[in-house]
Amino acid sequence: MKRKLPLFITFTVGIILIISEFIPHKPFGQLSGELEIWFLIISGFAILLGQLSLFKVNILKIQFKQRDWQFYIITLLSFITMVTIGFLWGTGKSPGILGHGESISSVMGYKPFDYLFFNVYQHLQATMFSLLAFFIASAAYRAFIGRTLESNLLLIAAVLVMLGNTSLGVFLTSWLPNSLSFLHLPNVSEFIMTYPTTAGQRAIMIGAGLGIIGSSLRIILGIERSYLGGE
Amino acid sequence: MKKTFLCLFIFCACFLYSQEGILNIKDKPNDDGSALILSWDTTQIQPANIIIERETPNGEFVKILKSEEITGSYEDGTNIDPKNIYTYRITAYNNIGEIIHISKSKAKTSAQWFDKDKISLLILASLITLAILYYIFSAKSGKELFIRKIGGLESMDESVGRATEMGRPILFIPGTLDLDDMQTIAGLTILRRLAQKAAEYDSKLIVPVCRSMVLSTAKEIVKEAYMKAGRPDAYDPDSVFYLTDDQFGYVAGVDGIIVREKPAANFFLGAFYAESLILAETGFSSGAIQTAGTAMPSQLPFFVVACDFTLIGEELFAASAYLSKDPHQLGSLKGQDFGKAIFVVILTIGIILEISGIHFLKDFLTIH
Repeated sequence: MKRKLPLFITFTVGIILIISEFIPHKPFGQLSGELEIWFLIISGFAILLGQLSLFKVNILKIQFKQRDWQFYIITLLSFITMVTIGFLWGTGKSPGILGHGESISSVMGYKPFDYLFFNVYQHLQATMFSLLAFFIASAAYRAFIGRTLESNLLLIAAVLVMLGNTSLGVFLTSWLPNSLSFLHLPNVSEFIMTYPTTAGQRAIMIGAGLGIIGSSLRIILGIERSYLGGE
Repeated sequence: MKKTFLCLFIFCACFLYSQEGILNIKDKPNDDGSALILSWDTTQIQPANIIIERETPNGEFVKILKSEEITGSYEDGTNIDPKNIYTYRITAYNNIGEIIHISKSKAKTSAQWFDKDKISLLILASLITLAILYYIFSAKSGKELFIRKIGGLESMDESVGRATEMGRPILFIPGTLDLDDMQTIAGLTILRRLAQKAAEYDSKLIVPVCRSMVLSTAKEIVKEAYMKAGRPDAYDPDSVFYLTDDQFGYVAGVDGIIVREKPAANFFLGAFYAESLILAETGFSSGAIQTAGTAMPSQLPFFVVACDFTLIGEELFAASAYLSKDPHQLGSLKGQDFGKAIFVVILTIGIILEISGIHFLKDFLTIH
């Protein structure tokens, strides 16, 4: 029963949703949207599980004084601080249990939650995102080392696209006559991005789409049961 | 005299007939009866602007739109119910605000049982589904199917073995989207095989997740895998844990785990966005053997560069079937290949027709 009931629900809901894609008549037309709302409601309850997991894992690491255990205290303190001040004074236009906290807001410029969000959280987020610049440089270096025919082609295409997007690219090929305008670096760059790149991406998308159809059918028909922990 | 009256009658009839066409209302096709399409053509009266109103149940007219366009159309989908008759009134004004025309039109809404716009989708989806089902049943009857090798999946044993030899953990990331994304489910199906291998080899598995729904599913999957491997005692419920829903907070957490724990094998299988390269490069710098898989075309180049093995698009979805070696599941992969063949044929014919100036196929396949 533990296995059969989820399989039955999956099959029924899967088939109804496929059919509803082609039937606009009520109630089929609204089913997909309705089920998305159900999913959000269940997710809302599941958030509690996530928070409990976060607490349990971090408390255990502090309790057993695992390596760098002090950092886990910071995680928990940050979590508790944000939740507490969010509950007390709210966030944005939503009031907390103590109202909007006007007196604190007048000093800080924002509500305490929003103050920490804009002045701490957003900067930490931006810091992580900015790491991408360095990682792209190191990854590009490895990708562009000409070892094989493919990596050489990648290198040439990348140089053309990069030059085509700079003023240097315009300058380098500006002397070419209009009859050879297709060789202007900005045009070459646009050509590479519009045709070969788009074609490659669409091929991946078509393959992925077929993969999704295949996987969905396997799950709906109960052939694929790994997501339930079975074979 | 009779002729004069006859001519006058014909003129009036023609005039009235022509005036009737100013506001046309029709039911929106292929919908659930919750919208009407209003179109107006005032070229004959050339107004400065027009106002269209809808009659309420108590007989009043409520403004729907005001327009200065001579011709146009508008979809009214506010508070419209199926199988009801709705009356609209168009009032045309001249430059000094005088009414130069006023007329009413009505239409009945109706809900359709089939969306004709999606007939091409239905045909293609049916063809692919039938092909997949045919190959599944062929496989069931014992027909041998050839499936090409997928390097990233072949290396799974090697990665787990390496982790065991080095005495370091295995890190698995099921993407950053929730359970309603097929890539996450595909990633989790691979997690089951990986967890079973980890249990057999007695390797430590770390699965940090960023969605609560994924947390409960992943926990159940890993637990079942350990039981299947006959090692329920080795299962650590805290090996699958939640970090945060925030994209870069999650990246910071996973990067910290990679730097501190130094996993011997990293698996990034699921849906990824900007975090893909940060994770993969951190993993690369730690010297781990890395396998990634996603159907996000914009993130694939990053994984290809930074990881040892990459499952590209469909390979991610094929992984579970491929690893299970179950003929039923392998049959579905052959069905997908048939789908690809259909697409190749349609694309080739489409290119030839479009070059020839025949747009029938493109129009047929376009869903409006």
